[in-house]
Amino acid sequence: MNDDPMGGRPILEEDLHAYVDEALDARRRREVREYLAHHPDAAREVEAYALHRQGLRAALAPIAEEPLPPSLNLARLVQEHGQRALQDRHAPSRRWPWGMAAAVMFALGLGASAGWSLRGGLPADGDAGISALAREATRSYAVYASDTVRPVEMGPSQRAELVDWVSSRLGRKVAIPDLTSSGYNFIGGRLVMTAHGPAGLFMYDDASGTRLALTVRPMTIDKDTPVMRPIDGPVAGYAWADQGLGYGVVGGHKAEVLHPLADEMRRQIGSSLRG
Amino acid sequence: MNDLILLVEPMIPALRRYARALLHDRESADELVQDCLERVISRWSQRREADDTRQWVFAILHNLAMNRLRQQTRRGLHLAMEDIDEAELSIPAHQEHRVTHRELMRALDLLPDDQRAVLLLVAVEDLSYAEAAKTLDIPVGTVMSRLARARQRVHRMLDGVDPMPSAASPDTDPSAPPHLRRLK
Repeated sequence: MNDDPMGGRPILEEDLHAYVDEALDARRRREVREYLAHHPDAAREVEAYALHRQGLRAALAPIAEEPLPPSLNLARLVQEHGQRALQDRHAPSRRWPWGMAAAVMFALGLGASAGWSLRGGLPADGDAGISALAREATRSYAVYASDTVRPVEMGPSQRAELVDWVSSRLGRKVAIPDLTSSGYNFIGGRLVMTAHGPAGLFMYDDASGTRLALTVRPMTIDKDTPVMRPIDGPVAGYAWADQGLGYGVVGGHKAEVLHPLADEMRRQIGSSLRG
Repeated sequence: MNDLILLVEPMIPALRRYARALLHDRESADELVQDCLERVISRWSQRREADDTRQWVFAILHNLAMNRLRQQTRRGLHLAMEDIDEAELSIPAHQEHRVTHRELMRALDLLPDDQRAVLLLVAVEDLSYAEAAKTLDIPVGTVMSRLARARQRVHRMLDGVDPMPSAASPDTDPSAPPHLRRLK
């Protein structure tokens, strides 16, 4: 073990591997290099290891460069998971006879509770209100924001036509907020289908390409909400309703980042539609 | 949930690479990655603050891969390297290399699964020894000894005097350079 010409710590086999894996600090690297200069057998071995390491990396690199198959679209998997979780949560009350479900809920002390919070997410489908809008906004975002080929039907140059198109299909005048001063560019929009009729979807992105989508549709209930409600789904967002139109903003950022953006959208839409 | 996409999406290409290097077959490897992503999504909230996301995700994938390999061995489905279409592994033939990629991949395939996993995680996926140890749930010393054995085997198969051994050959270590202390 007195092989180290520097008189420092002896060189161990693991140092040679760490040398190959470029995991040594500069000083230890120098010591190993010095050692190898005096030990041709070890040097040959290390050279072979390094060559194999390089070869493996080169041989396997193309796999990581292949385009991802649709089955590995993470936004979609997150979305599907959210839907499954929602279904699972409500499946028992669908399967059970109502009397039994009510008895169990009463036994659990839920019978007395006045209602369900938005975050509780009930009911899944029948409700046309703000929680349904939140789900639809999340779903539309998952489908279109992850689309690299054609996320929008009409681009930013057709802004006026897009407003006319969506307004005529919704039967309500809509407005597209401008988020340039917040660092988001408008990249266009489209008409999307929801369980409660057509909705407008307007998309934005920031310098890093992170997308943000605003979904708007007429509301039959929850026509006005005094405050924005957080969307507690697989992606963050906020939902609100104003003068019978419901809005859902969803994006690939944390809620803290989205909150001021949603506020700004709400302010602009309000002032634009009120004249 | 919000940071899941931001953190995990950039890892997907590497997850595919690791899965395919272990399973060979593109389709089963991608299926495995999909399984892994679904588990990542459903366990995301159980992840501890201290967990490194990449290491945590790789551990999920690795465990799924090992289960799959065990099933294949049981059913006798383990594919010999010769059965694999070269294009499937995306190895360009660089004749100028002393050792071709194909030979290298064959040598890799002949390693026992635990050694192959360590070599891939460290040498290809750039996990630190400590991260590889956590991913595989083994001590760092075991990572080092598996890594050493993996490299010696590959070296022997490709450059050594020994003929390429079959996968079933016992895991005998070649004698180490006498001046080096053996790892356990």
